[in-house]
Amino acid sequence: MSRPALTTAFVALLRRDLLLAYRRRAELLQPLLFLLVVVTLFPLGVGPSPQLLANIAPGVIWIAALLATVLSLDSLFRSDYEDGTLEQMVLSGQPLTLIALARIVAHWLIAGLPIVLLSPLLAVWMNLPDAGVPVLLKSLAIGTPVLSLIGAIGGALTVSLKRGGQLLSLLVFPLYVPLLILATSAVSSAVAGLPYSGQLGLILAGMIAALTLAPFATAAALKLSLS
Amino acid sequence: MLSVSELSFERYFERVFEPVSFELHAGSLLLVTGANGCGKTTLLRVLAGLLEPSEGELLVRKHPLYAGHEPAIKDDLSVEENIRFMMRFMGRRNSETGRTDEELSQSVIAKIGLAAVAQQEGRTLSAGQRKRCCLSRLLFCDEALWLLDEPYSNLDHEGIVMLDGIVREHLGTGGCCVMTSHGSLRPEGFELQECFLRSGRHSSTWAAA
Repeated sequence: MSRPALTTAFVALLRRDLLLAYRRRAELLQPLLFLLVVVTLFPLGVGPSPQLLANIAPGVIWIAALLATVLSLDSLFRSDYEDGTLEQMVLSGQPLTLIALARIVAHWLIAGLPIVLLSPLLAVWMNLPDAGVPVLLKSLAIGTPVLSLIGAIGGALTVSLKRGGQLLSLLVFPLYVPLLILATSAVSSAVAGLPYSGQLGLILAGMIAALTLAPFATAAALKLSLS
Repeated sequence: MLSVSELSFERYFERVFEPVSFELHAGSLLLVTGANGCGKTTLLRVLAGLLEPSEGELLVRKHPLYAGHEPAIKDDLSVEENIRFMMRFMGRRNSETGRTDEELSQSVIAKIGLAAVAQQEGRTLSAGQRKRCCLSRLLFCDEALWLLDEPYSNLDHEGIVMLDGIVREHLGTGGCCVMTSHGSLRPEGFELQECFLRSGRHSSTWAAA
């Protein structure tokens, strides 16, 4: 048997995931619309005062991004688990870590990247001062991969449960707290004219740590869910 | 190739099936029979390595190919896309490395009898066509040990004959195969070992008490 090289298998899985996402693009849009709706609700709820909105903008946008990501996490491994693809992939002898990493990368491209691209629009919406916009963009660019990476562990742990969605959010939200604090503090600092590279550096360090460890943890969780 | 002695599996401290022992050599076929719910699928999953045996010894010398109840077909991909993904991800026979993915997937689809629906999405397939799509792996993977869970279910007569042919060819080239069946459909004209599986659920201390 000529087993495909790791890169070939990785690319094959990534291509399949992107193709599947394209075929179900209506489902793809839901988290993004959710993000827009949540951010839109804030001015209606707290009042349209420009100063107030500017103050809460980093927090609102980041919390909305967290919620939108968690919304799409439940489906990360579910369909592959339910139709037997996951067990076939496990039996194929390709490392489970590779499968996990490919799914995480696909999830970020599908759910994380659009949030990053949409964030300047949200910033305008929330009247975030210009100085904060590039930092918001940067914090989301390095922060959303962390959301996908940590979320994948939760998704893998809850995949065998019929209604794993709520448990999943309980599992991953506490893990997102440090990220939320660092990211909003970076954006607020930038708006106030203070240095923010420390916060961004810590988020980046967190991303690298998550990138190295989360695929292994996800693989272990998938193994647990399958047995 | 496969050697099993006094193997059993427990779930929630209860045996799923009574311990079984058998040995399988190149070119032989084992038929696992038993009533519904007696643990045939569980036994196959243990043999495939998806579950850890609770007792007994299991020696699998070759990497197995397992075809279970879930067909592993994506509803949003066409038959051809599904098969091509499996090929790219799981690999193919050494003898087929010279052919492109396209040629190989088309010849597999023709052989398995799905040429007419090759471009249709997975969701539109009938149960029998899904089974065929799932079994198409047998044609391009070359694992020597096949674990087939109820391979005849949902197949029409022509499909059954086709599957018998594929299995016969596999056994002829030194492969071996474990198959489950709940009785009505079974491989015809094979020299086979049979293993009757008994459910372990009611033989526990609970029943004795």
